[in-house]
Amino acid sequence: MTEESYPIAHPSYLVDTGKRKGIKAWLTTCDHKRIALLYLWSIMVFFIIGAILGETMRTELFRPGQQFYGPQTYNAIFTLHGLIMIFLIVIPGLTVVFGNFVMPIMIGANDVAFPRLNLFSWYLYILGAAVVVVSQFAGSGPPDTGWTFYAPYSTQTHTNVIAAVSGAFILGFSSILTGINFIVTIHRLRTPKMTFFKMPLLPWAVYATAWIQVLATPIIGITLLMIIGERVFRIGFFDPALGGDPILYQHLFWIYSHPAVYIMILPAMGVITEIIPTFSQRRIFGYKAIAFSSLAIAGVGYFVWGHHMFTSGMSKEAIWVFSLLTFLVAVPSAIKVFNWVTTMYKGSIDLKPPMLYAMAFIFLFTIGGLTGLVQGALATDIQVHDTSFIVAHFHYIIFGGVGFAFLGGLHYWYPKMFGRLYNIRTANIAWGFLFTGFNLLYFPQFVIGLEGMPRRYFDYLPQFTLSQQISTVGGYLLGIGLIIMIVNLFRKSGEKAPDNPWGGKTLEWQLPSPPPEENFSTPPNVSDFPYDYD
Amino acid sequence: MTTEEKHITSYSLYARVLIILMVLTAITITAPSLNLTAFTILIALVIASTKAGIVLTYFMHLKIENTLLRIMVIMVLGIYGSVIILTFADYIYR
Ligand SMILES: [Cu+2]
Repeated sequence: MTEESYPIAHPSYLVDTGKRKGIKAWLTTCDHKRIALLYLWSIMVFFIIGAILGETMRTELFRPGQQFYGPQTYNAIFTLHGLIMIFLIVIPGLTVVFGNFVMPIMIGANDVAFPRLNLFSWYLYILGAAVVVVSQFAGSGPPDTGWTFYAPYSTQTHTNVIAAVSGAFILGFSSILTGINFIVTIHRLRTPKMTFFKMPLLPWAVYATAWIQVLATPIIGITLLMIIGERVFRIGFFDPALGGDPILYQHLFWIYSHPAVYIMILPAMGVITEIIPTFSQRRIFGYKAIAFSSLAIAGVGYFVWGHHMFTSGMSKEAIWVFSLLTFLVAVPSAIKVFNWVTTMYKGSIDLKPPMLYAMAFIFLFTIGGLTGLVQGALATDIQVHDTSFIVAHFHYIIFGGVGFAFLGGLHYWYPKMFGRLYNIRTANIAWGFLFTGFNLLYFPQFVIGLEGMPRRYFDYLPQFTLSQQISTVGGYLLGIGLIIMIVNLFRKSGEKAPDNPWGGKTLEWQLPSPPPEENFSTPPNVSDFPYDYD
Repeated sequence: MTTEEKHITSYSLYARVLIILMVLTAITITAPSLNLTAFTILIALVIASTKAGIVLTYFMHLKIENTLLRIMVIMVLGIYGSVIILTFADYIYR
């Protein structure tokens, strides 16, 4: 593959070339790269809010008993923390930022298939977020159900559940439209020579994710409407007194929300799959295995939702089936882990920040994945159910996995997005704080969870004090790491980035940094293999 | 990629499809008054699925679309069916 330089006649996408300038140009843009940045800024803002909420919970838990807010506030805060982190950050997260920014470039396209729909999805996202924010202040108090909105509590509590549920409903539409957009883009807009098996693996992951977005999200939509119907009209979907079934709610909720975990983690795996060959300077090991394991995760992932309900009173026949399927879905994830490690084997590994995040991802995701099997096994699940073991597992997957992949991707494509470099040393220090803080924060929760510390409790027995304090200190280290990282990335002093600072082989590194508004003025060269290192 | 082909569907075909759909709707409305107990739900579901199938085939052009799109729709129906079956693995044995 040859390095091509493009004539300077094409200004970067960050320069306003149209009639509108400044903020107006950004808010009316249909450029996939600008929309990616709109999402990036929004997600950063929400992430800072969600992280502050998390830090207040850790502070409250520093000692047993009440420190500075009471149980009802604690319930409202973990609900809002969950709503923000899940619906506003990790579900859209990597798809809308990196899926939007690099996926079209990687397949040699000039934009997504429906650019206006893409912008409309962002507006829906902001609208949904606004409704969630309003739910905190309007009506009868912030919701206290947890992000899961479990019936029958969610249909009975006097807090403002309807607004929060409507916000999540609107966010679902945004997700579906993005999914449709990306499926059509990958089928229709690949540059002529880019066959499916010449595509890099991030587009493969985005493709599998998009299918889950389109097929699973409508189910959460209808479920949330059913909560509203139950609250307003007392229809009797979930309330046994009205002839309903509370477990039906859990079925419907998890039919979406388990696949939603793969909406979060699949693009994260895609990002890791891009980072590892670049910083090992080696061909990816098992290209087809990784591509097909994305599809397999998406496919099998639909059929494992019952593992969230082992102790809720489901039939034992169903429980066995769901446990078996849960163990099966671990196989394609493990395939990816083996492929990443094998790619690194005998490579010339360069420990730049993106690679540090990618290696942290493999480590933390593996811990998260294996502890997931503890819950997938029927007997052990009864012990750990509803304890902080679940909280630890979940954060190892979602923060240690999705979050670290997001930060890795951000450090990887940052020079491409903004045309500037960040300070590598500072980025490494921030990573050190994040990695240490993360493990101090969540690992003790595995231990006290096994010892019986329930989750979502604002108070605890004195024997858990030391572990809770280690956890809180870890939380503060994590916060310091985030501040260092954000300051390092977004102060405006970095030197100009070269077109290909890391020696990557995929198409985005052939473009200037930052890329021109129309990505490719001539169809790009497509090599036979996207990771052509040796 | 693939060459664009033009398909012209006659008005009479659309009209016939419309009539079939309306007849099926009429049956859906009258069936519950026959007091067929549990079969009422079965009839309603079968008719609804038939109607959805007809709409997909003719109005949404699946009949003349390429194989890829047909595979996609079949895949979606397969996932949907499996989800229903798995859910009933709970309800039937509970
Ligand atoms: Cu799950």
